[in-house]
Order: sequence, then structure tokens, then C-alpha cells
Amino acid sequence: MTIAILKSLLMRDIRLAMRRKADVAAALFFFVIAASLFPFGVGAEPTQLRAIGPGVLWVSALLSAMLSLGRLFSMDHADGTLEQLLLSPVPLAAAVLAKIGAHWLVSGLPLVLLAPLIGLQFDLPWRELALLTLSLLLGTPVLSLIGAIGAALTLGVRGGSVLLALLILPLYIPVLIFGAGAVTASAAGLTPWAGMSLVGAMLALSLFFAPLATAAALRIVLD
Amino acid sequence: MSSRINLYRFASPATFYPLAGRMIPWFSWAAGIFCLTGLFISFFVAPTDYQQGEAYRIIFIHVPAAWMSMFIYLVMAGYSALSLGLNARLSGMMAQSLAPTGAMFTALALITGSFWGKPMWGAWWVWDARLTSELILLFLYIGYLALHSAIDDPRRADRASALFALVGVVNVPIIYFSVKWWNTLHQGASVSLTRAPAMAHTMLMGMLVMALGFWMYSIAVVLMRVRCVMRERERDAAWLSALKEVE
Repeated sequence: MTIAILKSLLMRDIRLAMRRKADVAAALFFFVIAASLFPFGVGAEPTQLRAIGPGVLWVSALLSAMLSLGRLFSMDHADGTLEQLLLSPVPLAAAVLAKIGAHWLVSGLPLVLLAPLIGLQFDLPWRELALLTLSLLLGTPVLSLIGAIGAALTLGVRGGSVLLALLILPLYIPVLIFGAGAVTASAAGLTPWAGMSLVGAMLALSLFFAPLATAAALRIVLD
Repeated sequence: MSSRINLYRFASPATFYPLAGRMIPWFSWAAGIFCLTGLFISFFVAPTDYQQGEAYRIIFIHVPAAWMSMFIYLVMAGYSALSLGLNARLSGMMAQSLAPTGAMFTALALITGSFWGKPMWGAWWVWDARLTSELILLFLYIGYLALHSAIDDPRRADRASALFALVGVVNVPIIYFSVKWWNTLHQGASVSLTRAPAMAHTMLMGMLVMALGFWMYSIAVVLMRVRCVMRERERDAAWLSALKEVE
């Protein structure tokens, strides 16, 4: 019963996002453009590009996540769906998890699939491309999960989108350090799995705690 | 039983306001005395370091400020948990009053750290784990203050920023243990509770006295600020207009 409701919630959010393809595409192209700007800023020296590539892609992914997070709850807040979710028998944290899942499928996963292509622009070798894609695959759900807390806290607040960045970007730093660090460690001849395991650990932790914190935040905001 | 009731009695702004007013002078005097004693020790009693010369003396400000920045965040998170869990008004006000002082000490620790880093490492800033975590702590304080001021309803602002403080408190242990996690340029913690201190006793004494001074200062300032918050939020309350000092 609950599973069926959550599944329909997930499909509903994906369908709603697909009806507004321009929004989804905009965040994705922001990722591409932001990452492509760095060679213009630092020069197109291949060794330098190889060194900064993983970090640039990760930072661009972080910023692109900021763009799409604002929409996670705002539409449902505006048309009253969020209040109905609060009243429904489904645990709010589970409903939040379904919404975050839909958000990741629509904004995070395409970014992961696009990353190897952008990585080629930075002259990354195959092994690092694969590692980068894997680290983003593990890391982008963390971005959606932690970001949901901020999106809920800044719901209906003055200057919400700037505030969202102010609240959430500092919390992203550990994921960024280990996610990009895993790839650069491999380039330096070290094992990438230490950083990758830590990103995986953060994913496991945030998968459990972030929906609870987001649900608490939504209750405060809709009080 | 009676002591429990007394404790709850002071959880109400009406009873805490006069109590805070009576405590402020004591903590202010203690802050002044400890800070002056600490400064005297750090400038005239503590010996010159055989490696770092006179420049090391900034640690008498730097280390206590860094301690206070983390400690205040923990206290703020504690009050936030109380405010969320018990829905206590005073806890939210205390958390709100602590944040600016904590942010001030974090900024002070970063600035004095860079004054120390320039002669010691030859750089104003290095991307070392502890410096970076202290910077993240400053970002968290700023995020807390920004979120609190962005929400108009003070009770909702209290609860939303309390949740944010609790989410951010994950960061404080990372700061503290980052030295062990990433072994980088920053020297290891020189004060430890488990082993003998690696510095002269007078240096340690100076740092501890300064830390006590900063602690007393924080309490005095936070009590003053919480009184302002109370007068702002409860300006229509009967107990406030009944006070002698308000008339």
C-alpha cells in the first residue's frame, strides 16, 4: 500500500519534470557550460586540464544541483500538494525520499551520464573517466539528499535561492573533497577506493538521516 | 524535588530576564580579570619559544578563540535541540544570542591564525584540514544567522535554524578529528588531555586563563544579547512593562 503510493509519487514527480523539459535541460546545460568555462579561465594546457578536470566537474555538478533544488518543493508548496502529503497516512520521510529519488533521476542521473563526455574535454584517461563517473554516481544522490534539507528550510523564505546556496554549499564540501579526491588520487598512483568508500559511507548516512531531517524541516515550515 | 521546580522556573523569560541582569556584572568582571591576567602571563611570564621566537605569542589569542568557536557551536546545537525537542522559548532565544559571538570567535581564530601562519609557514593561508574546517564552521555560523534573519516569524525562525544547527553539528567533530584524518601541514594539536603537554607550563597556563576569560566574556555578552532579544520579542508582555528598569 505504502510502496504503491510512494511509487506513484515518484512517477508523478518524474512526469511533472518531463512536462517541463526546459527546466531540466537548463540545469544540465548549466553543468556543461560551467565546466567548459574553466579551460578559458586557466588555459588549455593538457597536463593542467587533466589535473583540474575531476575537481571542475564535481564543482560544476554541485552548482548545477543548487539550480534544480529550488524546484524540489516549491511547486508543491504553491499548489497545496505539500499540505496534503503532510496529512496523508504515508510517513512524511518516506514521501520525501520518493521526491528526492525523482529529483535525482531527473537532474542527477543525466549529469552522471554526461560526465564522461565532459571529462573527454579535459583529456582524462579512460580509467579516470570511469572512476569519475562512479564517484559522481555515488555522490550526486548525496547532493540531492542533503540539498533537500536546505530546500525545505528555505521554502517560502525571502531570497530563498541565495540562502539555499549559503546553507547547503558548506555541507557539500566533504563530499566534494572525497569524490574529486578519489579520482585525483588514482591519477597520482594511489588507490581511489578510500575516497570512494567514504563517499559511499556518506551516501548511506544521508540516505537514512536526510529524509528525516527534511521531513522535520517541512513540518516546521508548514506549521 | 524543589530544585527541579526552580530549574524550570528560570526557563521562562519573565523570571530569567532579571536573573540574567543580576549575573551580567559578575561575568563581566570575571572576564576582565581573567583576560588581563592571561594577557599579563602571555606577554611577561611565558618564555620565548626557542623555535618560533616572539611571534608564537599570538596563540594565547588564537587557540582560546578556536576552542570557543567550536564550544559555542556545540552549546548552540544543545540549545537548538532543547528548543526543537521541548519547544522551549528561552532555548531558541539563547541559541540565537550565541550565534554572533560564535561567529566572532571563529573569525578571530581565522585572522589570528593567518597572522601566525605568515611568519611560521610563509603563507597567510594554507588549505590544511583544520583551517578549512574552521572556515566551514564560519560558513555554518553565517548560514545560521542568514536563515534566522530571513524568516520573519521569530518562533519559526528559531525552529528552522535550530534544525540547521543540528545538521551542521556533524561538522564540529570533523573539525576536531580532522588533524588525525588528514595529516597535513598544520602541526598536531599541542594540548591534549591524555598525555603530558608538550609546552612550558606557563604557556599552557596563559592559554587556559585566556580561554576562561573568553568563556566568561561569552556568557556576559550572550546574557546581554538574550535580554535584548526578550525585550524585542515580548515587548507587549505584561511582565516586561511591570519591570522597574523599563519604566
